Amino acid sequence: MNKFEEIVAFVRQHCGQSVDIDEAMTPRGVRIQASDLHKVCEKLHEDPAMYFDMLSCVTAVDNGVEAGTIDIVYNLYSIPFNSHFTLKVVVSREQPELDTVSDIWKTANWHEREAWDLLGVKFRGHPDLRRILLPADWEGHPLRKDYKHAEYYRDIKVD
Amino acid sequence: MSSDNVQYVYNPEGLQLSEPNKFRVEDLRSEEMIINLGPQHPSTHGVLRLEVLLDGEIIRDVVPHIGYLHRCFEKHAENLPFNQVIPFVDRLDYVAAMNCEHVYAMGVERMLGIAEQIPKRVEYVRVLVAELNRISSHFIAIGTYGMDMGAFTPFFWVMRDREHILRLLEWASGARMLYNYIWIGGLFYDLPVGFEERCTEFIKYIKPKLVELEEILINNKIFIDRTAKVGVLPLELAINCGVTGPVLRGSGLRFDLRRVDGYSVYPELDFDIPIGEGRMGAVGDCWDRTWVRMQEIHESVKIIEQCLARLTTDYKRTRDFDPQAMVPKKIRPKAQDFYIRGETPKGELGFFFRADGRSDIPYRCKCRSCSFVNLSVLPEISRGILIADLIAILGTIDVVMGEVDR
Repeated sequence: MNKFEEIVAFVRQHCGQSVDIDEAMTPRGVRIQASDLHKVCEKLHEDPAMYFDMLSCVTAVDNGVEAGTIDIVYNLYSIPFNSHFTLKVVVSREQPELDTVSDIWKTANWHEREAWDLLGVKFRGHPDLRRILLPADWEGHPLRKDYKHAEYYRDIKVD
Repeated sequence: MSSDNVQYVYNPEGLQLSEPNKFRVEDLRSEEMIINLGPQHPSTHGVLRLEVLLDGEIIRDVVPHIGYLHRCFEKHAENLPFNQVIPFVDRLDYVAAMNCEHVYAMGVERMLGIAEQIPKRVEYVRVLVAELNRISSHFIAIGTYGMDMGAFTPFFWVMRDREHILRLLEWASGARMLYNYIWIGGLFYDLPVGFEERCTEFIKYIKPKLVELEEILINNKIFIDRTAKVGVLPLELAINCGVTGPVLRGSGLRFDLRRVDGYSVYPELDFDIPIGEGRMGAVGDCWDRTWVRMQEIHESVKIIEQCLARLTTDYKRTRDFDPQAMVPKKIRPKAQDFYIRGETPKGELGFFFRADGRSDIPYRCKCRSCSFVNLSVLPEISRGILIADLIAILGTIDVVMGEVDR
């Protein structure tokens, strides 16, 4: 089992920018910059000492209008080492854009589509960024904290 | 025409597809065509629509269109206190609601820091009902899969046996499928008096039935010929796609969260983890996945027997036992991000919580559903096969649309 400190040191080594340990996360993890995300994920996936071969979950969280940010949380898991790690990336609410990791883990493909669908986060380089749960002509992203549903959907009144 | 009591005005000009195809007819080569499978089709196990790009009978690509059963679970969860989310959790995987509740309740308990104080009897009852529900879920998976492959009799047999489980669970919780039985910090009620005896009778009844089922379906030559070497899922692809549960174990990896994470009382119980061995063809084919499910039923029976033994000796029912004693009056976890996972019949069910520490309503509750992730592997293993095999593969992935669409 990899120690948390070892993984953090590994991430620091491959990050161009700041890495902050986030204490309020279980499993424990770090906050990194969006520009470092793809490289760090690639290294964590490939390096034989880390070997995070499974991406459990990708979650986007809207921090609200006042904070003006959206968090993207990646829950990684390594089957051979039985170790967990969490990566958190903060993007702005007005222009939420970051690199896709679906070329590293195929799991990310649908999870990123879901994040786009429900929170409007754009993933650069995603092969097929369409809405997944909602209809293609739906307006808005419902899990945004300031979301207001349209009064009519296809001439049907929404109650 | 338009008045206040008319809800919908027919307007043919306004008609357009709300879920357009990914492929356009103009872009196809002359030998290719698009076939639309579902959303209303018995072999898609719910409202799943598959857009299939075909060259004759050979599949070039499959595009699953999901969301027809989207009930806004995550939006609802953001507006309800933690304990009131549980009925919605039931409706995720509605054929294995106990397992979903167990994972959810466990996550909130760990966030609150009361997971260690849950009475042992409560945990054993939870595992008992969850394993009963696992059997009924695997029954559905195997029975409907047999029906997809043209074997009708096993379906009736498993539905008959599943009925016994549903009645047992109804006796305990008051509901047949959507239980709301496992609460945060405890249970709705203790088991009814006489439940352990009836459950023992049921185990005695089910054991020969499982042998029968295995003989008529799993080891049937027609079934083997139809499913062996079909839809082989390589292990690397399975892990890369995040596939879990019997589908991953069918590909030959001994990975079960009940053992790996050792949550609840599973470390105290003795059970094996069956994996696909390629007995009838290749490792990770449709037959392997079905066989793994069948073996898991045997293991669940083993677990139930051990639970019953403990529940009638060490953790016997007492007059003053209150299963709601540890249920917190106020569920207000401190501010944190928390990811919890657990093994449901379909695989790894995960919940990502963000609590803000100020209210008893989750700020964000994301459900990482196993069927959703398992379904995403379908296009990967369906390219280049015959269209009839697509149904064979889809059946072994065992999706429940309630969980895919949430």
